[in-house]
Amino acid sequence: MTLISEQQLPSIIKRLAHQILETYPGLTNAVIIGLQPRGIYLSDRIVAALHQELPADQVVYGKLDITFYRDDIRRELHLATQTDLPFSIEGKTVILIDDVLFTGRTIRAALDALLAFGRPSKVTLCVLVDRKPSRELPIQPDFTGKEMIDASPYKVKVRWKENDGVDDVILLVD
Amino acid sequence: MALSTKHLLGIKDLTKEDIQLILSTASQFKEVLQRPVKKVPTLRDVTIVNLFYENSTRTRISFELAEKRLSADVVNFTVSNSSAAKGETLLDTVNNILSMKVDMVVMRHSASGAPHYLAKHIDAAIINAGDGINEHPTQALLDAFSMQEKLGQLAGLKVAIIGDIMHSRVALSNIYLLKKMGAEVMVSGPPTLIPTYLQEAMDIKVEYNIDKALAWCDVANVLRIQLERQNQPLFSSLREYNMAYGITKQRLDKLSKDIVIMHPGPINRGVEIDSDVADSAHSIILDQVENGVAVRMSCLYLLTGRTNPA
Repeated sequence: MTLISEQQLPSIIKRLAHQILETYPGLTNAVIIGLQPRGIYLSDRIVAALHQELPADQVVYGKLDITFYRDDIRRELHLATQTDLPFSIEGKTVILIDDVLFTGRTIRAALDALLAFGRPSKVTLCVLVDRKPSRELPIQPDFTGKEMIDASPYKVKVRWKENDGVDDVILLVD
Repeated sequence: MALSTKHLLGIKDLTKEDIQLILSTASQFKEVLQRPVKKVPTLRDVTIVNLFYENSTRTRISFELAEKRLSADVVNFTVSNSSAAKGETLLDTVNNILSMKVDMVVMRHSASGAPHYLAKHIDAAIINAGDGINEHPTQALLDAFSMQEKLGQLAGLKVAIIGDIMHSRVALSNIYLLKKMGAEVMVSGPPTLIPTYLQEAMDIKVEYNIDKALAWCDVANVLRIQLERQNQPLFSSLREYNMAYGITKQRLDKLSKDIVIMHPGPINRGVEIDSDVADSAHSIILDQVENGVAVRMSCLYLLTGRTNPA
């Protein structure tokens, strides 16, 4: 079942970029950080949309891997991917970007990981899909592509052209 | 994807994929070590005991730092002030420690095969931090990581391991690893310090002329002369060793190319390597030490994930 179609996805990404700009005009003192591994496809697109509106040097963009901050190493081994934050986040507004907000545990780990790089003045969250009824921690997004109202037994799969050959979001039976 | 082994006893037991996994995870940990806060909470509540039956500075500090950067709880054991000095057996010592709920054992022992023996009798994961003249797997992994970082890739690389091959666990682990990763390996040094079966058993080159070995290689990994393991004179004097086999600036200046110089430490300056070579721009000896922490973090992380299946 399709949650976001290939036709809808570009307008949602454009809307998220515009909402971010509306809240943080010119991205003054703000940095964009995509979460590895799957969040960076979305953050790449949003950053591309921001580049349409702003000079490239005003968009400060990095990637963060949170594997070493997870709380489940004794349950499952995850492999780390590249962290690339070539700038200081001290005193900045950090806009975290991930594809799906589910239990909230990844964002919990990301907040922990961020603090290893400095003390941001503010952290906000942008996600493509918010699975609100499945939350296990008190974490909410500030910018949301699509919110799921009902608890769903399905897996939400975000597919990207670069990786999966198609741009859309579908529900999968486990 | 996880490691194919529960313990890290030697490079001999690892697959090429295991080695690649350890090295790629190590590069992520190297990035962690550049952060303002270098500590990650990954191994919270994992308890690790460092059992050192033999002297060590670098390896023990490197393991301890790796464990602490990962937030593990660390217990240190050195034989000189332990019950082993009162005659307790290795297995008894370890079982007593494990009954206090320890998850992992990092062990250095002067007897080859000691960690393999232990692995047969206990449940905790074991990392071999050097056993006699057998293997020193984390050293070979950090050597490989450092070579890869400096020169791009291991496959096709020409590596000469020079010096006391006979008594070196670093040499054996390096040979296993480099062969598995597709590098070419040569050993060089005095005939009395190179086991006669090695060339055939490991399919490597042997060159007794040090100048020819240096002219052949891209990387020279220079080993320490291990006087403490030599029960009989195997060369006439340290000065003569330096003249015949020491890596000197004069020898390197004769080469038509630059080669990378490595040494696992501790260095006997003026014996197997001269100071102006060890401290030169071509030496990556201190990079090896720095990379050791990241590589050991990688091993500890991957083995913890391996021993606690979902």
